[in-house]
Amino acid sequence: MRSIDLATTSERKVMDVPSDQPSPAAKAGEPAKMVARNVDAFFGKTQALKKVSLEVATNRVLAIIGPSGCGKSTFLRCLNRMHEVASGTMKGTITLDGQNILQIDEVNLRRRVGMVFQKPNPFPTMSIFDNVAAGLRFNGHHNRKHLAEVVERCLRQAALWDEVKDSLNKSGMSISGGQQQRLCIARTLAVSPEVVLMDEPASALDPLSTAKIEELIYELKQNYTIAIVTHNMQQAARVSDMTAFFYLGELIEIGETKRIFTTPEKRQTEDYITGRFG
Amino acid sequence: MRTNEKLYLLWRKAKNNAMLAFSLACLLLALVPLVLIFSYTLIQGISAINLDFFIQMPKPVGETGGGMANALVGTGILIGLGGLFGLPVGILAGIYLAEYGDNPLGGTVRFLADVLSGIPSIIVGVVAYIIVVLPMKHFSALAGGVALGILMIPTVTRTTEEMIRLVPQSYREAGLAIGIPRWKTTLRIILPTALKGITTGILLAIARAAGETAPLLFTALGNRFWSTAIDQPIGSLTVFIYDYAKSPFEDWIRQAWGAAFVLIALIFALSVIFRIVTRSRYAEH
Repeated sequence: MRSIDLATTSERKVMDVPSDQPSPAAKAGEPAKMVARNVDAFFGKTQALKKVSLEVATNRVLAIIGPSGCGKSTFLRCLNRMHEVASGTMKGTITLDGQNILQIDEVNLRRRVGMVFQKPNPFPTMSIFDNVAAGLRFNGHHNRKHLAEVVERCLRQAALWDEVKDSLNKSGMSISGGQQQRLCIARTLAVSPEVVLMDEPASALDPLSTAKIEELIYELKQNYTIAIVTHNMQQAARVSDMTAFFYLGELIEIGETKRIFTTPEKRQTEDYITGRFG
Repeated sequence: MRTNEKLYLLWRKAKNNAMLAFSLACLLLALVPLVLIFSYTLIQGISAINLDFFIQMPKPVGETGGGMANALVGTGILIGLGGLFGLPVGILAGIYLAEYGDNPLGGTVRFLADVLSGIPSIIVGVVAYIIVVLPMKHFSALAGGVALGILMIPTVTRTTEEMIRLVPQSYREAGLAIGIPRWKTTLRIILPTALKGITTGILLAIARAAGETAPLLFTALGNRFWSTAIDQPIGSLTVFIYDYAKSPFEDWIRQAWGAAFVLIALIFALSVIFRIVTRSRYAEH
């Protein structure tokens, strides 16, 4: 894989986007949505992250790349404290709109910072409708009309509405893998998060479904701040505004995606994106 | 050299066949008691089984005929009470072990549940006698229910735990990641996903409790008369079999066989349901 791949995919609409929008630097006046400062993360005695500091810009897409085991998923999970579910611990500070996330109740935090996982995981006992409505319903919203509106809006946002509108009562497991993943995205959107974290959302999907998810990410950044972990570097190049490269638990380099993929500053970044290791 | 190899091959195959034959023989041997019990009970008991046997009350000593309606209903009430006491405790303990039990307390509870499932049921009967019969000063269906409930707890606890652990972590994470509180994720997402497996555990526990006699002898005692009051002694299939089988009357002994067959058939039916439920669970995934 070479950085030249950037050119082969550049005909795609999503690829041209970063260049015809103001660069992140131009938006410098706007405070970052989430800021991490000196974040260390541990699972038991294993240190998964070392002094990671970075910013996730508002209504932008941040791609996190790096070889397996480099801590990119761990970092993503720290952003909405999902690392605690796997009994991980964290040092350093992460803020959301300037507020330390450790001071936000974790349930409230996760409503504001939602997450989409690698493997589509719709709730197996629920229908398509109930899957999307779950987040609202289990938090006390039972107004049917309101739920129906939210479900339709989120399924439309997830570009799934036209495919499932006649089978909302079917099991969430009855649709294809790519549709399931978009269902999971709709489910995440239903609780109106401000930030959406995606952990390799397309790695279990075929190219067509992957393309749909990527288009979706491009649409979603109008309204949401997005951080996406990916193993696929063309994907990072296509969908993101900013790219962060992690290696062995450390943040090696972060910058505008275009720059990272054309003129990386660090040797390790260059080696990784040109396929020399990882 | 070549003959040696051939001989060795033959010897190896002979050993293999001998081992196969031996295990097959053991398998048949293990099946013998099962088949004997089932067929012998059927042969001895079939003549006692008719509609009256199910819907009539026992006749006074000396008269032939009559049925075991009270014992049938009694077993139902005892299992119901046992379930009322045992299932909530078992299910909630199972949830605790699966969701929060990775600590010394969880380990201890898990170990104790395993010990409890190995305790002879008559001991559990003594416990129920002490905590229910003695304070109430008489035998009762309630005491029997408590005994059966205690017996159900370990099976239900461990199956619930196992089944909840089988639910992939990704569903738990999916619930938490959209801001559903942990307890609600467990109750509304994890539990329904594991429900079929848990149902199997409950059926298994009920089938085992239905066949218990010892703990009922000095808790529910048995009752020849119609009673559905839970503070009074109550009849049950197993105690009915016990009383009738040791009686000197030929008709009663015949009825004991009949009741034994009904009991086996009931447990068999539960096991079949258990099988169907588990099969469809695996077919889904």
